[in-house]
Amino acid sequence: MTSSTPLPTPQAAIAAAPPARGARGFLGWLLAPERRGPLLITPAIVTLVLVNIFPLLWSYGLSFFSYNAKYINRPPRWNGLGNYADLFTDPEVWGRFQNTAVIVLGSVALQLVVGFLLALLFAKEFPLRRYLLMLVLAPMMLSLSAVGVFFRLFYEPTFGFIPRSVQTVHYWLTGVDEPFVILDTPVKATLAIIFADAWMWSPFVMLLVLAGLVSVPKYLYEAAEIDRASAWRRFSTITFPYIRSLLLLALLFRTIETFKIFDVPYVLTEGGPGTSTETISVYLFRVAFNYFRTGSASALGYIVLFGVIVLTSLYLYAIQFRGRASGE
Amino acid sequence: MSKRQFRAIGTGGWGRTLGAAVISLIYFFPVLFIILTAFKTRQDALSWPVKFVFAPTLSNFVSVFYRVSVEGGDAEATGFGLYFFNSMFIGGTSVLLALIIGTAAAYGFSRFPLRGNETYLFMILTTRMMPPIIAIIPIFVLFRIFGLSGTYVGIIALYTAFNLPFSIWMVKSFFDDLDRDIEDAARMDGSGEWRVFKKICLPQVYAGLAATFVFAVILTWNEFVFALLLSGTQTRTVPVQIVRTIGGSMGVDWGLLSALETLFIIPVVLVTFALQNQLLRGVTFGTIRR
Repeated sequence: MTSSTPLPTPQAAIAAAPPARGARGFLGWLLAPERRGPLLITPAIVTLVLVNIFPLLWSYGLSFFSYNAKYINRPPRWNGLGNYADLFTDPEVWGRFQNTAVIVLGSVALQLVVGFLLALLFAKEFPLRRYLLMLVLAPMMLSLSAVGVFFRLFYEPTFGFIPRSVQTVHYWLTGVDEPFVILDTPVKATLAIIFADAWMWSPFVMLLVLAGLVSVPKYLYEAAEIDRASAWRRFSTITFPYIRSLLLLALLFRTIETFKIFDVPYVLTEGGPGTSTETISVYLFRVAFNYFRTGSASALGYIVLFGVIVLTSLYLYAIQFRGRASGE
Repeated sequence: MSKRQFRAIGTGGWGRTLGAAVISLIYFFPVLFIILTAFKTRQDALSWPVKFVFAPTLSNFVSVFYRVSVEGGDAEATGFGLYFFNSMFIGGTSVLLALIIGTAAAYGFSRFPLRGNETYLFMILTTRMMPPIIAIIPIFVLFRIFGLSGTYVGIIALYTAFNLPFSIWMVKSFFDDLDRDIEDAARMDGSGEWRVFKKICLPQVYAGLAATFVFAVILTWNEFVFALLLSGTQTRTVPVQIVRTIGGSMGVDWGLLSALETLFIIPVVLVTFALQNQLLRGVTFGTIRR
């Protein structure tokens, strides 16, 4: 902005500005001021329509057909609402939804608790705070599949850190030295996934809660000090109202994301033992790319998508609600 | 944009530092453990109790790239050089494309709102919230029909679209943060819209664009499902190869796997340090500022 040319006088600017660019023809029409907005967003919309919306509509169509993506030349066979009817009556599908729900409930609850506690720990300024904070935030940035691999190593029955530790502690306590296997029962395998997922995402909740904590105006605490309000009262009447909306956002965001959980169970337990940790996304993957029931998978995809859209609408509503509440 | 994100309330002393250090290290322990294991010999890696002091070795890192696959044979290239190149090339190119398209759109949404602006933004966000597994079924079919599976063009196009919603929301939030008065002053002085964008708005968001770029590259670098289904042997990315390595019949070689993971996550951990002020904005797709 340090241009050497002298700035034009206001009069000259007004005289020169609009009529000077009187380009005619198609280009002039295209670059007219009222078309600036549409013009700028067109490439983005076109890309999204081509790569996201069009395939989505395509799979909507496929969901009414029997089709196998392995044999792309074999024409799809019309099945009407057959795919949907089969899915709604299939106990397998119901079971996968239940697996997913258990993981979502367990993991999101754990994330909220751990994230909240971490945020309280890091709410105050102290030496080296920023560096320690980074250590806690790092897991969130890692790859889901890498975290799956991590925990596969940690849970590995003979050499894994966690089974070995449990075995050692168990030996100290009872004198019985027996190997501890984590991924052998449905309950333990589910807990193992919840633990891995919560480890990864608690920092996310912490980040949101921290943002809420620092947004509380200081004078409120000062006033509370004067009134000699108890710690609990300070928390429930000052702190909590400020972080409530962010907690809600964290809850919804993490629910949406955990509902879609794929990489961690796929890599860590491969859905086992049996199908006890096979989430809806892993099941969808199997139907689509192992059994190649492409039509059926598309229909199931739409059922899942419906759930995600409901949750997303709630999330966006919460953002707007927060925006209005805090006058952002 | 400076240090606001990690602002604190009140101060604690070294006592809190001590407590926080213990908890942070426990929290970071899994990552640390993998990194340590990567530098251990096979015996050290399997020994119990866990050795924290040992003679470090780089042999695991060498065998990531060259190792003996047949008993008694010569060491052969494992192809990991290519996979690392693929991850960087595909990530870098697709994010750059997404950022160019996304910055234009973000500027449009921020400065020239359309009727139904919020609806468009909502739709764009929804495409990102969508379970990737649903979009991938038809994309898989389309890629087969058009012969795009296993090609750079296909996977880069896919990742460009994958990164677009994130780029738009993130960059829009940076444009929204700018002070409009300077722009209006420039317009009053007769600057055209292009000049206002190029000379005033863009320079102010360079840091934000860089953060968005790095963030999106991490997301692409980490992405697994699309890569698993749509990359071929020549375009395979690192996460896919890591997961294939555990599935192998040779049994789990802890040191090797840890070395792989270390090479895969170290850039991410380092970049997280660099990105710290933009983390909140990034992980919530720019829907929450600060």
